[in-house]
Amino acid sequence: MYKIESKNVNLHYGSFHALKGINMAIEKNTVTALIGPSGCGKSTFLRLFNRMNDLIDGVKIEGSCIIDGKEIYSKSIKIDELRKRVGMVFQKPNPFPKTIFENVAYGLRVNGITHKNYIEERVEICLKQAALWDEVKDKLKKSAMALSGGQQQRLCIARALAIEPSVLLMDEPASALDPISTAKIEELIYQLKELYTIIIVTHNMQQAGRVSDSTAFFYLGELVEFDTTKKIFTNPTDVRTQNYITGRFG
Amino acid sequence: MQSDFKKILSQSIAFWTFRILSLVVMGILFSILGFIFVKGIGVVNWDFITQMPEDGMTKGGIYPAIIGTLCLIAGSMLFAFPIGVMSGIYIFEYTKDSWYRKFVQLMTANLAGVPSIVFGLFGMALFVNKLGFGDSILSGSLTLGLLALPVVIRTTEEALKAIDNSYREASYALGASKLQTIKRVTLPMALPNIITGLILSIGRVSGETAPILFTVAAYFLPKLPTSVFDQVMALPYHLYVISTSGTNIAESRGMAYGTAVILILIVLILNIIANIIRRFLTKKYKTN
Repeated sequence: MYKIESKNVNLHYGSFHALKGINMAIEKNTVTALIGPSGCGKSTFLRLFNRMNDLIDGVKIEGSCIIDGKEIYSKSIKIDELRKRVGMVFQKPNPFPKTIFENVAYGLRVNGITHKNYIEERVEICLKQAALWDEVKDKLKKSAMALSGGQQQRLCIARALAIEPSVLLMDEPASALDPISTAKIEELIYQLKELYTIIIVTHNMQQAGRVSDSTAFFYLGELVEFDTTKKIFTNPTDVRTQNYITGRFG
Repeated sequence: MQSDFKKILSQSIAFWTFRILSLVVMGILFSILGFIFVKGIGVVNWDFITQMPEDGMTKGGIYPAIIGTLCLIAGSMLFAFPIGVMSGIYIFEYTKDSWYRKFVQLMTANLAGVPSIVFGLFGMALFVNKLGFGDSILSGSLTLGLLALPVVIRTTEEALKAIDNSYREASYALGASKLQTIKRVTLPMALPNIITGLILSIGRVSGETAPILFTVAAYFLPKLPTSVFDQVMALPYHLYVISTSGTNIAESRGMAYGTAVILILIVLILNIIANIIRRFLTKKYKTN
């Protein structure tokens, strides 16, 4: 069984047809990169899986999105429950203006967990998973705003991991970071796929090549090509993919 | 060469016009403050702010009016702040960007444009007579609160608008509800700017005369209030009274300027306190 599937998904923003009949199936514990020029629909597609598009006025979604065999747009799905299973990391590091500890604990607290020892334990585990523990273990009570951009982004990853999701959505997680921080995030993604199924939107072709197992190329709301990253980058089937990869447009 | 000269000339003319005009504005402010302070500071002393008025309000102090004004500021804020903030949250976070939101915003703007004497009449009709609160701190505070509402609502909206949407999304993405997101993320982040709105409305409320004229203000009442159903004296009304309809207007001229000085000082001190709180809240998360 596939971990994540989309079947003939169409999405409209008002009269704009943003996703056109997308079919994709993603295996468990893999990293899938979504690439394509700005406005091609890759972020919109990513945000289908934690129903973030629901927040936007005038969005209409058709078709089927399935995680662990369950339709996530069915009426019986509680959005809060879904979002606990599907974590998200955003383009700009956006830690809350709270302490480092409270940032990671946030997801637990809003989901009604009050057990102090458990929260402390989860915070430590997640900060370790996000490769941030050694840098912040002595200043957990300090503000997250005082961290560097790269540290903030790893904190946001730790925050997303705290509620034990099985899927991690990353929307250009390194685009606002310097090369060293980017390398750390990429290293982290590589390690995290042992435990999570990851979908990452990226503008950086080399990044897609380095971190992902499969790559999907979007263009004008269509999924042009979806294959192993190796195949996409060495021998793409579609000429548009080839043109994009080789930098002829984008 | 010719056009270069013209460019530089027109630039410096424009620059100096703007600079002079802004200096004029500052000049007006400082002349008003200077005039009042020079005329009024002579009567301001410890007795002036701690004693009851005497001899037909030509002597003694203005203690009850100071206390009255502080009561009215506190009362109106107690009323306007929670209601205004909640309305602002509702308008920005709960209504969609639709004709309904625009309608509510238009009505709020209109409320801000209503002359203060109309608020006074409305307050008298509703709070004093209909609800039977009488001439009291309660009636006056509610009336002044209505006056302050639009400012608080507007600044709350603006403060929420200034918060990057990605913070809300990050909270929702962790399974938080809208209410949890507002309570734990957006409202704390917006609070410093909301307090700016509070500062503005305190300034407005403390100086208003018309809304308290028929709802709370006493002409002469040399004692302190003991409950919210008591009348009080208030600084702006006291100033009006001793300048226009006192027992001896010429005698109490100095008192009038002194009252104006105290009123300005109260607004100034409250502004400084609110600013300190705002800075503390802004800084709280940025450093340490």
